Amino acid sequence: MIYPNSKTILEVRNLCASVEGTPILKNMNFTVKSGEIHAIMGPNGSGKSTFSKVLAGHPDYEITSGTVLFEGKNLLELAAEERARAGIFLAFQYPIEIPGVNNSQFLRLTYNTAQTHRGKEELDPLEFDDFVREKMQLLEMNPDFLDRSVNAGFSGGEKKRNEILQMALLEPRLAILDETDSGLDIDALRIVAHGVNQLATADNAIVMVTHYQRLLTYIVPDFVHVMEAGRIIKSGGKDLALELEARGYDWVSEEYKAASRVAA
Amino acid sequence: MSATTIQPSSVYLQDLLASQSHLAVSQQAWLNNLRGNAVEAVSELTIPTLRDEEWRFTDLSMLTKMSLQPAHTAINLEASDIKHFHIEEATTRLVFVDGVYAPTLSNIEVQGIVVGNLAAELAKNSALLQQHLGLHASLNGNVFTALNTAYLHDAALIMLPRNTQIKAPIHLLFIASQKDVVSYPRTLVVADNDCEVTVIEDYVSLQDEAYFTNAVTEFVLADHARVQHTRVQREGAKAFHIGSCAATLSRSSNYQSVSVAMGARLSRYNLNIKMAEGSECSADGLALISARQLADTHTLIDHAQPHGTSRQLHKCIVGGAAHAVFNGKIMVRHGAIKTDSEQSSKTLLLTDKAHVDTKPQLEIFNDDVKCTHGATIGQLDNEEVFYLRSRGVSEEQARNMLTYAFGAEVIERIPVVSLKRSLEKTVMQQTSVQL
Repeated sequence: MIYPNSKTILEVRNLCASVEGTPILKNMNFTVKSGEIHAIMGPNGSGKSTFSKVLAGHPDYEITSGTVLFEGKNLLELAAEERARAGIFLAFQYPIEIPGVNNSQFLRLTYNTAQTHRGKEELDPLEFDDFVREKMQLLEMNPDFLDRSVNAGFSGGEKKRNEILQMALLEPRLAILDETDSGLDIDALRIVAHGVNQLATADNAIVMVTHYQRLLTYIVPDFVHVMEAGRIIKSGGKDLALELEARGYDWVSEEYKAASRVAA
Repeated sequence: MSATTIQPSSVYLQDLLASQSHLAVSQQAWLNNLRGNAVEAVSELTIPTLRDEEWRFTDLSMLTKMSLQPAHTAINLEASDIKHFHIEEATTRLVFVDGVYAPTLSNIEVQGIVVGNLAAELAKNSALLQQHLGLHASLNGNVFTALNTAYLHDAALIMLPRNTQIKAPIHLLFIASQKDVVSYPRTLVVADNDCEVTVIEDYVSLQDEAYFTNAVTEFVLADHARVQHTRVQREGAKAFHIGSCAATLSRSSNYQSVSVAMGARLSRYNLNIKMAEGSECSADGLALISARQLADTHTLIDHAQPHGTSRQLHKCIVGGAAHAVFNGKIMVRHGAIKTDSEQSSKTLLLTDKAHVDTKPQLEIFNDDVKCTHGATIGQLDNEEVFYLRSRGVSEEQARNMLTYAFGAEVIERIPVVSLKRSLEKTVMQQTSVQL
């Protein structure tokens, strides 16, 4: 939701990034204020997944120029784990499986790491158990998931729910959801979307990176952006997503090229 | 090379055999014959060297420099000394100390089957024993199996009569308590038609000096028998461990084995599985080694008849300047149509000096089979490390956790919960994971 006089959470200015010498992001500009929900759309290869990884601090991407401020601080000098502790959360398109590591222990480890960083009390296993079970209800998750290994043998939908459960526990200031709708059937999509909507507050912000409009029916964005060739070429309100669904991406690209020619 | 003279192989073997003649003559002529044939086999064999194809990565010269004697002092362990080795679910436990059966440390609760030491069961079960003992683990070309058989005296026996299902696992605990000792642990498991049993073969040590464990195990599965075999090798840091296991499967039987090698300075495990029509097996393994350890695993899954299914996942985690060897042969013989076999070997090298030699071998003499195999060697996946870091976990902790998880994938297949948990804990300690 757009709130008046809300604080800027993320400010990306002229960001350029490359992987193994190949430029992927080219002068990316993007601003997020607290309370807002953004959707970044675009065809495959437009750089939207790269952008989410760059924000989360993936070490394979080299920042060649530009700035990223997160709550007024330089995000680019923080390692991935420091960004997580500072309040950035990335829900993965393909969450990894960790056999032999109990989900409950793993969730408690990440939760307590965040708590320590915020100067708050850690929870012991019993306290955490109560806490996490309450959060699991939000996502209609079976408590059996706590006793299983992290994501091991989970279905696609179960993995995505486990991602959003982590978001619920870590309470990030900025949550980036990378293709969260992929691999979800309609029931799972509704549950996950409901969970995310419950977690959206006036103090945090959500960025959805998605190829399809489907997810946006359930999590309604305040802003929709179209990426192409490593930059945002068009921004609009939620109606833009519907227009993209109906007309595809080509017209946006044409429009952008025409505007560029005029500018030149 | 040091000034120590390396004895010729034959002299070394003669020394090892020196006390064999002290063995009491058995009342069972067939057993005396079995031993006698083994002594003869030893005299015709030599200790393998790096020039032998099957031993090209595993140098036994250190072993041949040792002067070893069979244990001859009485067992002086109390139950409390070995309590930490107990496995909660296994109420039946046979304990052998330096190869010698320890009745006061053992506990037999299970009923309706033969379980105990060979010496005590010999007369009662002579006919069945004669049919199986020593007939599955081949002496042919295997000097260590021949040595073990030459010394055949105490042995763990488990024999299940037709249609017996034993739920609680049976723990075979082989404890090394003395240095410079060679022991010859021996196991025979015979599961008649439709039987089910879980056997844990466990090698441990109470001391850190050098010794040599030379173990031989035989599994016989009759039609439709189901056997779960978990083997844990956690010998002392300076130990030598050479073990061979032969499993002979009959029609539609099912043999599931998980072997974990984490101890010993040098270890070698040979697992030979002989498949039958419609039989199924899995032969999973984990070697977790560091410092200057060497762990060598050789397996052979022999599909001799149609409709067999085999699965194998072998993993190695190699740290320090350690060296892992895996040679996994899948044989599909003429006529073994509809064989379904999958094999995968995965190795994680943790340092620049860590080293692995892995060789999957598929030999197929037949059409109409489905066989896949693959091997990967490498470091941790960067995407996986990034996932954990994106949750606030430090890079070091993330790497440790993923190393642990790599091994845990095999440990999780162990069918005994408390053993699984305790091995997970051991692997967590070795990989410095804190949860």
